[in-house]
Amino acid sequence: MDLLLLAIGAIFVNNILLAQYLGNCPFCGVSKKLSTSVGMGLAVIFVATLASIFTWFAYHYILKPYNMEFIRTLAFILIIAALVQFVEIFLKKQSKTLFNALGIYLPLITTNCAVMGITLLNIKYEFNFIEVIVFSAASAAGFTIAIILFAGLRERLIIAPVPKAMQGTAIALVTAGIMSMAFLGFTGMVK
Amino acid sequence: MSYKKVLLHGLWQDLPPFRLVLGLCPALAVTASIENGLGMGLAATFVLIFSNMLISMLRNIIPDQVRIACFIVLIATLVVIVEMVMKAYFFPLSQQLGIYIPLIVVNCIILGRAEAFASRNPVLLSMADGLSIGIGFTLSLSLVGSIREILGAGTWFGIPLFGSNFEPFEFMIKAPGAFLCLGILLGLMNAYSRKRGESIIQT
Repeated sequence: MDLLLLAIGAIFVNNILLAQYLGNCPFCGVSKKLSTSVGMGLAVIFVATLASIFTWFAYHYILKPYNMEFIRTLAFILIIAALVQFVEIFLKKQSKTLFNALGIYLPLITTNCAVMGITLLNIKYEFNFIEVIVFSAASAAGFTIAIILFAGLRERLIIAPVPKAMQGTAIALVTAGIMSMAFLGFTGMVK
Repeated sequence: MSYKKVLLHGLWQDLPPFRLVLGLCPALAVTASIENGLGMGLAATFVLIFSNMLISMLRNIIPDQVRIACFIVLIATLVVIVEMVMKAYFFPLSQQLGIYIPLIVVNCIILGRAEAFASRNPVLLSMADGLSIGIGFTLSLSLVGSIREILGAGTWFGIPLFGSNFEPFEFMIKAPGAFLCLGILLGLMNAYSRKRGESIIQT
């Protein structure tokens, strides 16, 4: 039950994009078409969950016993970069269909703040192993839901008569603000 | 490219996060007050100047295929330094900025400048570019922070500006306010550029 609450909280109440502001660069960059945003979202779920597991083990079994917490940032980004590289090679060899679907989004994920942010939040909230898996998968799912909804809105925005000065990124940010207002409605649902 | 041009381009022509739509996460997340915005801007400026310097020094040594990984390691090292300095000397600020300090590593502005500028220009010019973009970023963050703090809390640097009858728009310091504020500022900038006939409008 607690795990379910944790998952719902991570997807809706503390949505990583709209309430914690992480991963906004891909949110604005690759949300122009629905198909690309689906690919990006799935790639983030996959990498964020794996990265959380690896960084959690690295933090609790390597960095902490040797009192090297200060090097956390460096260690985490290296783990994420290596993992992304490895996943790319593995998918290329093993699953052509999955590689074609996620391929071009994988390199972008290294510098996606959502992935790095989730791994840091896992440490900050002092989760145990099961909670780490649930929280990271749910947060990434929240990212995917938000980016897919936003891409749907942006496809409609292209044909909307927007004032000239607000076209493009400006109206996209305002739209994101209105979406974020809708997600604010979930506040208080889960503590 | 002349120094003057490089020093000035970050202040209007390539002003982050408006013209270069990069580094949106810190611009949205830590601008609930001007103090946080200013702190984050200065931390990012420090990392930008020195990452540009190191990358420009090493640009002929780093092999092309693994350059991104090398850049990230250099940037992460600098961020670790910033993190430790802030914990030692600006503890309350570092508590407030929280996970957004380590997240400077994945701030796309820094990697973007490394890739687009520092990896193909001499050292001093690259440092000038870092300084210019960093100051632009700091100013933008302070502006957004001021607007959100004044409207959302009725204070500026924590000093109350209005009388006790002022009812703050709490909306502005929450997440939607950040998106709306940034969007409207970008719209105003575009309108001004359009009026002056500049060709640098962000679409």
